[in-house]
Amino acid sequence: MAFKGKVLICQGTSGVSGGAHIVSEALKQKLHESGLSDRYEIKRVGDRGLFRDVLIDIISPNGYRWTYERVSVEDVDEIVESHLIRGEPVKRLLAGDDYRMFFEGQLRWVLKNCGEIDPEDIEDYISVGGYEALRKALHEMTPEDVINEIAASGLRGRGGAGFPTGVKWRICRGYEAPTRYVICNADEGDPGAFMDRSVLEGDPHSVIEGLIIAGYAIGASKGFIYCRAEYPLAIRRLKIALQQARDKGFIGKDILGSGFSFDIVLKEGAGAFVCGEETALIASIEGRRGMPRARPPFPAEKGLWGMPTVINNVETLANVPRIIVNGAGWFSSVGTDGSKGTKVFALAGKVKNTGLVEVPMGVTLRQLVFGPGGGMARKGYAFKAVQIGGPSGGCLPEELLDTPIDYESLTQAGAIMGSGGLIVLDEGTCMVDVAKFFLSFTVAESCGKCIPCRVGLVRLYEVLDRITKGEGVEGDIEFLELLGSAIRETALCGLGKTAPNPVLTTVRYFRGEYEAHIKDRRCPAGVCVPLLRFEVDEGKCIKCGRCARVCPVGAIAWERGSFPIIDRSKCIKCRACIIECPEHAIN
Amino acid sequence: MPAVYINGSKVEAKDGATILQAALDAGIYIPHLCHHPDLEPAGICRLCLVEVEGRGIVASCQAQVEDGMAVWTETPMVQKARQISLELLLTNHLGDCLSCPKDNECKLQEVASYIGINEERFKQLRMLAPQFPLDESNPFFLRDPNRCVLCGICVRTCDEIQGIGAINYAFRGFATTIATFGNKPIVESNCESCGECVVRCPTGALVPKNYRKPAKEVKSICPYCGVGCSIYLGVRGNEVVFVRGDKDSPVNEGQLCVKGRFGFGFINSPERLRKPLVKRNGEFVEVTWDEALDLVASKFSQYKGDQFAAVASARCTNEENYLVQKFARAVMQTNNVDNCARLCHAPTVAGLNIAYGTGGGTNPISDIDGASCIFVIGSNTTVAHPVVGTRIRRAARRGATLIVADPRRIELFNHAHVCLQQRPGSDVALLMGMARVIYEQGLHDEEFIRERCENFEAFVESLEQFELDFVEEVTNVPKEKIIQAATLYATRKPSLIIYSLGITEHSHGAENVLALANLAMLTGNVGKPSAGVMPLRGQNNVQGACDMGCIPASFPGYQPVKDGAVRRKFEKAWGCRLSEKPGLTLVEMFQEALKGNVRAFYIVGMDLAYSMPNARMVWEALERAEFVVVQEILMTGTAKFAHVILPGASFAEKDGTFTNLERRVQLIRKAIEPIGDARPDWWITCEIAKRMGATGFDYSHPSEVMDEIARLTPSFAGMSFARLEGAGIQWPCTSPDHPGTPILHIEAFNTPTGKGHFSPLQYKPPAEMPDDEYPLILTTGRSLYHFHLSMTRRVEGLLALHPEERIWLNPKDASKLGIADGDKVKVISRRGEVFTRAKVTEDVAPGTAFMTFHFYETPTNILVNEALCPIAKTPEFKVTAIRVERA
Repeated sequence: MAFKGKVLICQGTSGVSGGAHIVSEALKQKLHESGLSDRYEIKRVGDRGLFRDVLIDIISPNGYRWTYERVSVEDVDEIVESHLIRGEPVKRLLAGDDYRMFFEGQLRWVLKNCGEIDPEDIEDYISVGGYEALRKALHEMTPEDVINEIAASGLRGRGGAGFPTGVKWRICRGYEAPTRYVICNADEGDPGAFMDRSVLEGDPHSVIEGLIIAGYAIGASKGFIYCRAEYPLAIRRLKIALQQARDKGFIGKDILGSGFSFDIVLKEGAGAFVCGEETALIASIEGRRGMPRARPPFPAEKGLWGMPTVINNVETLANVPRIIVNGAGWFSSVGTDGSKGTKVFALAGKVKNTGLVEVPMGVTLRQLVFGPGGGMARKGYAFKAVQIGGPSGGCLPEELLDTPIDYESLTQAGAIMGSGGLIVLDEGTCMVDVAKFFLSFTVAESCGKCIPCRVGLVRLYEVLDRITKGEGVEGDIEFLELLGSAIRETALCGLGKTAPNPVLTTVRYFRGEYEAHIKDRRCPAGVCVPLLRFEVDEGKCIKCGRCARVCPVGAIAWERGSFPIIDRSKCIKCRACIIECPEHAIN
Repeated sequence: MPAVYINGSKVEAKDGATILQAALDAGIYIPHLCHHPDLEPAGICRLCLVEVEGRGIVASCQAQVEDGMAVWTETPMVQKARQISLELLLTNHLGDCLSCPKDNECKLQEVASYIGINEERFKQLRMLAPQFPLDESNPFFLRDPNRCVLCGICVRTCDEIQGIGAINYAFRGFATTIATFGNKPIVESNCESCGECVVRCPTGALVPKNYRKPAKEVKSICPYCGVGCSIYLGVRGNEVVFVRGDKDSPVNEGQLCVKGRFGFGFINSPERLRKPLVKRNGEFVEVTWDEALDLVASKFSQYKGDQFAAVASARCTNEENYLVQKFARAVMQTNNVDNCARLCHAPTVAGLNIAYGTGGGTNPISDIDGASCIFVIGSNTTVAHPVVGTRIRRAARRGATLIVADPRRIELFNHAHVCLQQRPGSDVALLMGMARVIYEQGLHDEEFIRERCENFEAFVESLEQFELDFVEEVTNVPKEKIIQAATLYATRKPSLIIYSLGITEHSHGAENVLALANLAMLTGNVGKPSAGVMPLRGQNNVQGACDMGCIPASFPGYQPVKDGAVRRKFEKAWGCRLSEKPGLTLVEMFQEALKGNVRAFYIVGMDLAYSMPNARMVWEALERAEFVVVQEILMTGTAKFAHVILPGASFAEKDGTFTNLERRVQLIRKAIEPIGDARPDWWITCEIAKRMGATGFDYSHPSEVMDEIARLTPSFAGMSFARLEGAGIQWPCTSPDHPGTPILHIEAFNTPTGKGHFSPLQYKPPAEMPDDEYPLILTTGRSLYHFHLSMTRRVEGLLALHPEERIWLNPKDASKLGIADGDKVKVISRRGEVFTRAKVTEDVAPGTAFMTFHFYETPTNILVNEALCPIAKTPEFKVTAIRVERA
């Protein structure tokens, strides 16, 4: 029998919302009509992390591969007729340089299977070496061996804090207890971060396998996957995957004849960001309100229902099977002294290519932004800062672009690795406004338990709000610093302790911008509307008239060859002119 | 013991102590607000921050001490961090301290004055939030969110102490507030109004309504149920204005229920009886004490012998009960003396006496804490004995296995591992079924049975009948659950049985008790800590009333009247001849009165006209009687039948002792003068006796009565008021240096052979089973908010929380009858009918209905069957066949 060709269709949340299901159906229909059903099979795969939906790979029966991007249902006929029948790839739809560039700079270990295998078919996972690690761990290694291997690899928690995973397991196993638990933290909540979702949607078995191995290593009887309810597709695929793993005997009693029994329960979150914090997460699983408690005792000592509990995030667990199969040496060959392996970042903001990027630890921010990121998105707007580590992270300026991405360097710079959110900001971004934006998120998501977070953040926010409205007063910056650092020192949990970071780092690196707001009543980036004067800087203006054309209320009068004149009685301060102006000549 | 250095000085800390505990224990103050010694630390307020060398700033309430740790509590960094936390706490706190009920007792004030405020920064931070509405829905306390600092003490109290979780944090961030489920008024939540949160709230966010600060406090015992919680009465003038729990008491550890804490209004009620009353021409008229007492003395003189009957009071003191039986026996020459135990725990006294030789609970309440398995049957504990109920909930929360069996889906079901909803009256079958499972699986304690018990073979033979299919059919409990419950009870040792009137108030009540006694012996769960059988006695001193001999067949300390030696001892002590014929039990007294054989009654502190079964029969008997004296604190339904009413003093107005359900004799103390012209009951009884020419009734103080009790009662021989200061003593206490007996039967049983006696049992259906005419089974019980009738209805707030009777009907039965929730209905039994409203609820099984007996307006006991347990003569309150109709 001849080898079959394949059509891979990326069907993660991104692909599905881009219409992958419809494209898939149309393709199936067309292949059938064209009599190609025998020669090509359509295969559902996860997303690859780059927004080019619908993304399709065509793999010919002899193994050649073409990638099509932004395919719509209207393109299906052409692709089949031209490419599959006539052998002429549809050039206008083939993935371009951006696509290549995006993937070239990456080292995809965790994301290896995403976009390659069918997440709803355990056989596909097994065919690429899936569950080999489990077999090896159970049959060839003692739990201590597993722990030693993970410890030797240098793997650190990918959820943000970067605690060495092997050490955590060892501590947990060291506590005598009637039972122990292991929890996969899949409550990915940072705005803009979606690496865990992509892994769960594209390669759920790698996480499950990692969880079972973790359970074996620490001597747990039960594992939990705590997944936010806002990820319906991930939950659906997890359910399928868990059932398949159970049917195969990878979960349940006496796994693979090893005598080790382990079950996994899927728990859905209920929409609270703070439940990503491990003690709040535990409270939530126990059926209580998701509120953090102080540590110590750490969950490794007293966790779920008081039992020693390991909590690892999705990305951490997805690394585990790879380390077991390839060895600690393989893993630690990549990265820096303190941070080994790779890290997935969710690249967003004013950068050309946004999406998930997996790079070796130690790569610099510059390499990331201008490599896979493809540089700045908007013409004429230079790089200003990168906000890294989610809402609790910090904003680093251009001077720090050569900071290597590892836990220590980022912390030293005032940011955090966090879960790997990375937002690129350009000159058109006001840093006070950015700080206010991130703070508004933590203000809303504070659980309300400890006083610094519950009230302190609101007071911080109010000061920022005042500044962006042109009502800032002398002493506001010092007050932000005082209160911000007090919150950092006194808040109960990680959320509260890190929530002032966006404020503190922007004050630290962009103090001048704050001062401009307060002293000069000016927003240099032209974002804070109450501070905008809507004046044309005749030194910069090139008299192109684009501002007048874009003004929705006809407040700008312009004649060819002259400077535009803004009628402020008509102006509604919508900022359309400011955004449109290629020379930043309006402020 | 780890040693830590706090501010440079070495402090020895307890293992596992937090820095804050270690510091406070060493007399070093660290400001704190959300910390409470009874509760798990929470780390909310961030005021207890300290600097730990090498770790920086930590919250001392949560950080555990480590050996050699160096802690600094007052560094500038600490000071600044605390100050900012404090200022943030105060930013939107209402600032009208002088008009706040917690003024001067407010912990926020305390920490604020200690830490101090940076005025300038505070101005920047202070921003009053909009005023939140108050929650005034609870009659006893007020919730003021504007004074709340969200320390969570109330939330943790409700969860950790009370086991209810009626309140929790709601919403997020700055909008966070303490709320009930659905943010409804607290009275609509599952709050039990125990007030534990109110006691602990550090600010004015939770305060008692109409709070008046007491001028002094007097230690006493709660006057409601048999748990016997130790309390402090707050007195102002001649008024009890406040009650708080006694933290040092091993019984309640400071806890109280809604009645104990807030139900004191009856003491100073304007409705208290203030003068002796004599019925003339059908009207009560006030008379002087001399008039009243002379009348009673001369009348009683005409009814000496068995035509007289005395009903003693389970709400009066031991000393007063002793005097009532002494009066009946020595002066009136009859053993016709009984008390309300006949209606409740007489089967316990009889049953446990047969099985173990002592008719009292085997273990102390505090043993609940250590039990691995708790089996609660026929006890709606969280309602009828709330403070024990919360202990059970806490034990279950800590990991004890909880098995609950009750015909109703009671609150404890929410906390139980196994719930058995048996048919009313099928307990023997259920318990013998469990015994059979245990025996067949070989889970019984052979050694214990061999060494310590007797009659085992006959018992095993009687298990024959209780094949599980049969048991399932009779009880309606699935076999699997019976097996599960039996296995857990037998294997999770120590196992403790807790039961109450659901076991005893049956026509075979004593057999139910025997079945439990069997079960405990079968598994070796007797005579050990946290094991045994714990009957929850109903009234505050029902244990004492029985102990004091207010039962027809025994002198004090269960010394039989039939025993010649005993009788001679009392004859000598009292200087008279005594009858050897056991007297009439309570229900029999009234049956005999109807026949004209009992003609005079002396009824002390019992509203029997509404609390006895077949109430109409009792009314007729009382009407028929020639002379009825009622000694009461309030006008009751029974008092209305009296010829003479003598106003007694309440528990707050006299000295004496109460004995709780764990046999603990505890002192009550006079806190106020008797209301009006009321007199202590002991004084009244003595006066009657003296005016009848009797000697031996000259006492100047109840302590002298106790001394006499001790002389005549071996199990009380070591008791005296002086020794009872503190937490009291559990009888038997046989000599002045005997410490009392928390756990019975450790070495041997108290039976004549010293062996625990197994009883073979047969299943017997209730006396009245449903039929076509009366298709439903009515079972009766209590409400959390009432005790019986007269006291709690004088407490406005309790009446507000439970204003009227409702008959509980299962939705299936209700829909068959065309009855909706709230409909007016007529409830009819073979003995009479009452009107009430329906409460349609799944909490009763189909075929079962439930009513309380707390309302004169709905005298439930008119319906109830007076069929008696042949051994204990206790009526079957728990099973009455009824019919319900729309009214």
